[in-house]
Amino acid sequence: MKEKLVLIGNGMAGVRTIEEILDRDPDRYQITIIGEEKYPNYNRIMLSNVLQKKMTVSEIITNPLEWYEENQIELINHDPAVHMDTTNKKITTQSGKEISYDKCILATGSRAFILPVDGAQLPGVVGFRTIDDTENMLEASQKYQKAVVIGGGLLGLEAAKGLLDQGMDVTVVHLEKWLMETQLDEKAGKMLQADLEKQGLKFLMEKATQKILGDNRVTGLAFSDGTTIETDMVVMSIGIRSETTLARTTTIEVNRGIVVDDFMKTNVPDVFAVGECAEHNGNVYGLVAPLFEQGKVLADVLTGKEAKPYQGSTTFTSLKVSGCDLYSAGNIRETEGINSIEAFDGINYTYKKIFVRENQVVGVVLYGDTSEGNRYYNILKKNESIEEYTPVSLLHMVGEEASADVSEWPDDEVICGCNGIDKGTIMTAINEKDLTSVADVTKHTKAGGSCGKCKSVIGDVLAYALGGEVVSAPTGICGCTDLTRDQIVTQIYAKKLTSSDEVYRELNFTNPEGCPKCRPAINFYLNVAWPKEHEDEKESRYVNERLYANIQNDGTFSVIPRMRGGKTNPQQLLLIAKVAEKYDVPMVKVTGSQRIGLYGVKKEDLPKIWEELDMKAAGAYAKAVRSVKTCVGANFCRFGTQDSMGLGIKLEQRYEFIDTPHKFKMGVSACPRSCVESGVKDFGIIGVENGFQIYIGGNGGTEVKEAVLLTTVETEQEVIDICGAMLQYYRETGIYAERTAPWIERIGFEVVKEVLLNPEKRQELLAALDQAVEGRRGNPWDEVVEDNKTRQELYTVGRA
Amino acid sequence: MEKILVGQLAELAPRMGKEIIVGEQKIAVFRLSDNRVKAIENVCPHKQGPLAEGTVSGEYVFCPLHDYKINLNDGQVQEPDEGCVRAYETIVEEDLVYVMV
Ligand SMILES: Cc1cc2nc3c(=O)[nH]c(=O)nc-3n(C[C@H](O)[C@H](O)[C@H](O)COP(=O)(O)OP(=O)(O)OC[C@H]3O[C@@H](n4cnc5c(N)ncnc54)[C@H](O)[C@@H]3O)c2cc1C
Ligand code: SF4
Ligand code: FES
Repeated sequence: MKEKLVLIGNGMAGVRTIEEILDRDPDRYQITIIGEEKYPNYNRIMLSNVLQKKMTVSEIITNPLEWYEENQIELINHDPAVHMDTTNKKITTQSGKEISYDKCILATGSRAFILPVDGAQLPGVVGFRTIDDTENMLEASQKYQKAVVIGGGLLGLEAAKGLLDQGMDVTVVHLEKWLMETQLDEKAGKMLQADLEKQGLKFLMEKATQKILGDNRVTGLAFSDGTTIETDMVVMSIGIRSETTLARTTTIEVNRGIVVDDFMKTNVPDVFAVGECAEHNGNVYGLVAPLFEQGKVLADVLTGKEAKPYQGSTTFTSLKVSGCDLYSAGNIRETEGINSIEAFDGINYTYKKIFVRENQVVGVVLYGDTSEGNRYYNILKKNESIEEYTPVSLLHMVGEEASADVSEWPDDEVICGCNGIDKGTIMTAINEKDLTSVADVTKHTKAGGSCGKCKSVIGDVLAYALGGEVVSAPTGICGCTDLTRDQIVTQIYAKKLTSSDEVYRELNFTNPEGCPKCRPAINFYLNVAWPKEHEDEKESRYVNERLYANIQNDGTFSVIPRMRGGKTNPQQLLLIAKVAEKYDVPMVKVTGSQRIGLYGVKKEDLPKIWEELDMKAAGAYAKAVRSVKTCVGANFCRFGTQDSMGLGIKLEQRYEFIDTPHKFKMGVSACPRSCVESGVKDFGIIGVENGFQIYIGGNGGTEVKEAVLLTTVETEQEVIDICGAMLQYYRETGIYAERTAPWIERIGFEVVKEVLLNPEKRQELLAALDQAVEGRRGNPWDEVVEDNKTRQELYTVGRA
Repeated sequence: MEKILVGQLAELAPRMGKEIIVGEQKIAVFRLSDNRVKAIENVCPHKQGPLAEGTVSGEYVFCPLHDYKINLNDGQVQEPDEGCVRAYETIVEEDLVYVMV
C-alpha cells in the first residue's frame, strides 16, 4: 500500500510541491488534492493580465484536469476542507467527505484583507485574488462607470490598470506619500505615479478611508479628513492575510501564518505547510519565488532525499503594467549601516538606486529600464563583495554590453527569479531535449512560466545555446506576428477591432497586409466575433472560398451541387447530365462524400452552370459544415435501427453554409456496422436500438483520428442540438485551420464534454450560433448568379 | 509595344486579380490597396498556377496552388523558391487602366 499524501489548497505553492514530488518519485504516494475554488490549478499572477485582457482564463490554467488524471491524483475540487483531526489523521470537507492521510500539506494561501470599516460588506466591494474575483470585476466594468481601488501597492495598481483598460474611470486611494512604498523609494514611487497618471489613472494620496457609503450597493467613500468620493465599485487591495482558519481549529501552532521549521514541518507530526499560509522565521511571504523554494525543500523531505534547510528567500518585485517598468529587490530602506548610490536620467526618465551594507549590495530599485534587474538580483543573492568597484562603477558595472551578453554569464546565474531557474539548468534542458523555442523551455524547466518577465533573457540563452542563430519562435500564428490565436482573439474583443486592417495595425503585425496564412484566419475570427459589424473580406479568402469552387491543378474549377444526405433524384441527375454535356465538362465523378462532381470547369462558365443547374452548392470548397454522409438505414437495410438518411438530411439542412475553423464532416449510420464510417467523422452518429450514439473528433485526413464516444441520446432533436452547440464552441475557440481532433486535444475532451452535455450551455451556444449566422446562410451560387457586378469582377477574363 | 485597355479602375476589385488575354499572352492585373495597378504574366513558373487567383499582400502575390511568393513589380519569385515571370508596365489615365504589351 502506498502512503496517502493529502494536499489542502489547490493553488500555486501546493501544486508546485506536488510536481516536485512527482519529479523525484512519481510512485511514492497516493495523492489527494482538496481545493476550494472550482478551477484546476492556475497561475494566479496572471490574473492581472486577464483583467487587462491580455490573456484569457483558459490560457492561465497551468495544470488542466488531464494532468490530475495522468498522475492519478484524486482532485476534490470546489469543496473546501473544513475540519482536520490530527490525532486520527482525518480531514472533512464541506460536503462531508472524509479523507484520511499519512502525510498532509497545508497550502491554503491567503485572502485579500478587507478593511474593517462600515460598509465593507456592501455589494460592489471586492478583493482581487481569484478567477471569480477577476470575472466579477470584468462584469462590473461593463455595467458601471466609476471604480476606486484602495491601496497603491502591486496588486492595487495592476487592478486599477485593468479596470482603466476596461474603460472605467479609476481612482487609486493610498495611505502613504508614494506608491508601492514597501518596494520603492520616494523618487521611484513618484515617477511611477506620474507615468500612471499619463495613462489616465487618478490618485488620492495620503487618504485614510473611514467609511464605505451606500445602502444596497456601494455609492462612495468617506475619508478621515472629511472629504468623500463617489464610486460604483471598490477594490480592496491593502494587503493579504494568511489563510489559517483550518489550522487554528487544531493544535498546529499559528502565529501570523502557520509556523514551520527549516524543513516546512509544523509542530504536529506529518503535517507540513508551504506558501503564503506558512510563516518561517517570522516571515510570511507574498510572492511566488519563496514559495517555490519552499516547495523544493518539502519535496526533498517527503521523498526521503537529503534536504538543504530552507533559509528564507530574497524576493523581488516587478509590476505587470505596460509602460511602467520597475524592479525592486532586497532591502531598500536607508537605515543604519545601509548607504545608497543613485543615478537619475532625466532624458530617458530612468532611475536606479543601489543599497549597500558592508561592501555588499543588499537592495536595488530600478525604474524605467529594468534590463539589469536580473544581474543585481544575482549579486544580491550571492552576497558578492563589491570591494573592487567604486560607487560609480557599481552603478554602471553592468553596462549595456555586459548585461546583454548571456554567453559570459556563469551557469549558476539565476534567469527566472520566480522559479529559481539558473542558466545552467536551461542550457542542459535545451541541449538534452532539443528545445527550440521559449515556450518549450518554459514547458520543460518552468523558467518564464510565472510572471514572464524573463522571457526575453530566455530567448537570449536559447539563441546562444543554438549557436547564436536567431530562432523563429513558432508561437505566432504565422510569420507576420508573434501573437497566438488566443492573444489575437482576446485583443479583437478587448479593443473592439472590426476589420483586418485594424487588426494588422493595432496589433503591430510586421507585414501590414498579412500573408495567405493569417489573412483568412483573421477574417474568420472577425466573422465569429462581430457577425453583424464585420463585413466578410473577399480579398482575404482563399480562391476556393472567394469563387465558391475548388481550384484544380490546371487552374480550372470543380462544381459540386448539394444533395442533402447523399440523396438525389432523376430530375437532378438529368440536369447534371445536361450541363456536363453542354459545357464539355471533362470529368464527372462520384465524390468521396456521396455527391456528384463536375471537374475541369472554366472560371467563366461557373455562373452559367450554376444558373442552369439551379441547385445549391455542396460547400465542398470551404472550411465549413460539409455535406452529411448517410447510410440507407432503417428505410431499406435489414440491420438498420434508425432513419439515418432522414436525420442526415435534417442535420445538413439545419447547419449547411456555416463557416468553421476547418472543414466539419458528419456521418450518420443506422447501426454499429457503421457503413459511412461514423468513427472518423468530426461528428459521427451511430443509430442503436434505444437512440443515437454520438462520436466526436474523428478525422480521416492527413492524420487519422478515431472519434470518441461523447454520449448516447434518445431523440433526433438532441443529436441536432448537440451538433449545433459543438459547431459554435468550435467556432468560438478553434484555431483557424485546426481540425476538431487537435482542437479537442487542446481544449481537453472532458471540458468539451462538460460544455456540450450541460443543457444550459448547450442552449446558450445554440442561440449564439443562430444569431451569428443569421442572414449569412444563403446559397452563394445564387448570390453570384444574381449579382452582375460580382460576376463581372470575379468571373470574367478580359480579351484583347 | 501596344497600349492595351484593361478597363476602368473601378471595375478592378482591390487586392483581387483579373486575367487578361492578349493574343497568346495571359496577363494577371492587380489593383493594390493603395490603388496602384500592377501586371505580371498569369502563369506561375512552378506549375503554371493562375496567379490572378492568388492572395495579394502589399506588392506581392502568393500563388493559389503552392504558395510561391512573387513580387508584382519585377515578377521575381521570392526566396526560398526560384524563378520569375514577366512583368508588364501599367498606365492609369483618367480612371482607365492600360497594360503595355
Ligand atoms: C492579481 C495577483 C497578481 C500577483 N502578481 C504576482 C507577481 O507578479 N509576482 C509574484 O511573485 N507574485 C504575485 N502574486 C502573488 C502570488 O500569486 C501568490 O504568492 C501565490 O499564488 C501564493 O501561492 P499559494 O499556493 O500560497 O496560495 P494560492 O495560490 O492562493 O493557493 C491557495 C489555494 O488554497 C485554497 N484554499 C484555502 N483554504 C482552503 C481550504 N480550507 N480547503 C481547500 N482549499 C483551500 C484557496 O482557495 C486557493 O485556491 C500575485 C497575486 C495576485 C492575486
Ligand atoms: S450502417 Fe448498419 S443500417 Fe446502415 S447500411 Fe450499414 S448495416 Fe445497414
Ligand atoms: S503553381 Fe504556383 S506555386 Fe505551384
